[in-house]
Amino acid sequence: MPLQVSNIDTDQIIPARFLKATTREGFGDNLFRDWRYNAGDVPNEDFVLNNSKFSGEALIAGKNFGCGSSREHAAWALADFGFKVVVSSFFADIFKSNALNNGLLPIQVDEAFLNLLFDAINENPTTEIVVDLEEQKIEIPSKNESRSFEINAYKKVCLINGYDDIDYILNLSDDIKKYEESRFSFNKI
Amino acid sequence: MEDGMAKTLFDKIWEKHIVKSKSEYPDLIYIDRHFIHEVTSPQAFDGLRKRNLPLANPQQTIATADHNVPTKNQHLPITEMLSRFQVETLRENCKEFGVELYDLGHQKQGIVHVIGPELGITLPGLTIVCGDSHTSTHGAFGCIAFGIGTSQVEQVMATECILQYKPKTMKIEINGTLGNGVLSKDIILYIISQISASGGTGHFVEYTGSAIRSLSMEARMTICNMSIEMGARGGMIAPDQTTFDYIKGREHAPKGQAWEEALAYWKTLTSDEDAKYDTEYSYKAEDIEPMITYGTNPGMGIGVTQNIPNVAMNSNEQEMEKALGYMGLQKEQSLIGKEIDYVFIGSCTNSRIEDLRLVADFVKGKQKADNVNVWIVPGSKKVEAQAIAEGLDKIFTAAGFDLRQPGCSACLGMNEDKVPAGKYCVSTSNRNFEGRQGPGARTFLVSPLTAAAAAVTGKIMDVRQLLN
Repeated sequence: MPLQVSNIDTDQIIPARFLKATTREGFGDNLFRDWRYNAGDVPNEDFVLNNSKFSGEALIAGKNFGCGSSREHAAWALADFGFKVVVSSFFADIFKSNALNNGLLPIQVDEAFLNLLFDAINENPTTEIVVDLEEQKIEIPSKNESRSFEINAYKKVCLINGYDDIDYILNLSDDIKKYEESRFSFNKI
Repeated sequence: MEDGMAKTLFDKIWEKHIVKSKSEYPDLIYIDRHFIHEVTSPQAFDGLRKRNLPLANPQQTIATADHNVPTKNQHLPITEMLSRFQVETLRENCKEFGVELYDLGHQKQGIVHVIGPELGITLPGLTIVCGDSHTSTHGAFGCIAFGIGTSQVEQVMATECILQYKPKTMKIEINGTLGNGVLSKDIILYIISQISASGGTGHFVEYTGSAIRSLSMEARMTICNMSIEMGARGGMIAPDQTTFDYIKGREHAPKGQAWEEALAYWKTLTSDEDAKYDTEYSYKAEDIEPMITYGTNPGMGIGVTQNIPNVAMNSNEQEMEKALGYMGLQKEQSLIGKEIDYVFIGSCTNSRIEDLRLVADFVKGKQKADNVNVWIVPGSKKVEAQAIAEGLDKIFTAAGFDLRQPGCSACLGMNEDKVPAGKYCVSTSNRNFEGRQGPGARTFLVSPLTAAAAAVTGKIMDVRQLLN
């Protein structure tokens, strides 16, 4: 789904008034709430998520996606709605990290390729986009265009195997214990 | 980095906190202080329960209720059901896992980034995290402080560590003397207007220069607070005598021999003279005037006497049109004299006692304009108590301001304090995103002085014209 707007902040992805839940589920209902609905909760027919022409598991968005608040609810909302991939030419740091921690893959591509994606989807809303995490490659078969993307080696292993940061860190608990013994006493509370 | 090489302040603290470093993997970094609040912690506590893990270090975990609390009648139960449930969940979680909670009504309650420093929990040389992007505030003390998501909150709860790739470093130097009526808020709004809302992404910023050195701790916090608004992971200022004087004697600050040892260490916390940064910027304090934002990200800012540009630096036609359409403003328009509806003085950016004193000093003997509602919200119970002790409350009440109780309030449109759709709010907070202060609300970000000027005139004004 194409969302050709730059600097999409996490307050747009999920407004603060919808952060009151104490579980991780259900945030997809309020994804892009204030763009998706007009006053009186009437769906805004112009907004891409309400346009039946478009569908798919990839959100294609403008530069600096996910800036602002650190709320992980933004990643939960996108994943809960059904997105597996977000493509942009630039991601805010905390969003990127939150996405990777929730099995949502942020793919950073160059501006030219991003525009190519928008063009292809606008020409044909059913354009197929192929993402290969193993090969770190994103492809538009109909245009015969592809790019490789970066993902850090650690997170790639985690995503492919479903590993978790906490399991990894807990395996290093001896190192943590050793570190704690070396701390300045005045740094303790 | 090899020993012997010149290091930045950031490098020094980072290296001191590496538990494990492995090629291609993120560093495992030890966390000295973990602040939590009601909004971004419940799912993390749930995670601990699911894994059957204890909280690694309850002493280093500090909790308060701030985002989702009412700022009136805090002695009564919270009326909004979901907010009450979220605060109650925090209460139960803190009890179950042995965390000290500065709950509503507690004399140490307040916005998490206000209470950390005022209680002496925030110290130079530490690593501090919180599930809130404005954790960068604490960097004013010369520590590494940054916001994290809830999965990472759970990570820190479970292990007292966090996996992080080392960010790049950026130096922003401000030299010279600030003009009358120009505050530290104007410095940071100016910087963001220059390098854009994404210009700091991937970086940790160190603010240096004579103009920064001359600032009080509270003014420094305002600057570091908004580092995230240019996309930076955090911001920091090397500690100096101003820092040490602020910390000394505070409740959790080291005492006696520990103070002497800490002080000796803190004095080593400066960037080496020939340290290399990945990116550097330098500005003159004299070029900065009172600032105001006109658009829907904090990078869309101008000096208050300037006109809205055709296209903001680092922006494009389409983005400008969307932003100005939302704000109901025109290109090349001057904002001076623009009538406004609300003034909000508060948030983790500008709700400390010095902010309240500045505002009180300006409005003393004056009245708010008839066309505005003015909300003034202290950052913490301690700030509130201090304001009352100094009689500032009487000045605000006499001026017709609504002095409310501590919390995040109208900064984020989450609790009851919201700006109605289409209304203009001159705000000392940190974000002017669409809907940030309530659905359809239109935000102008400014300093506390410019906000005070808007409160008494009902318009956007150049506060310098109103100062004696």
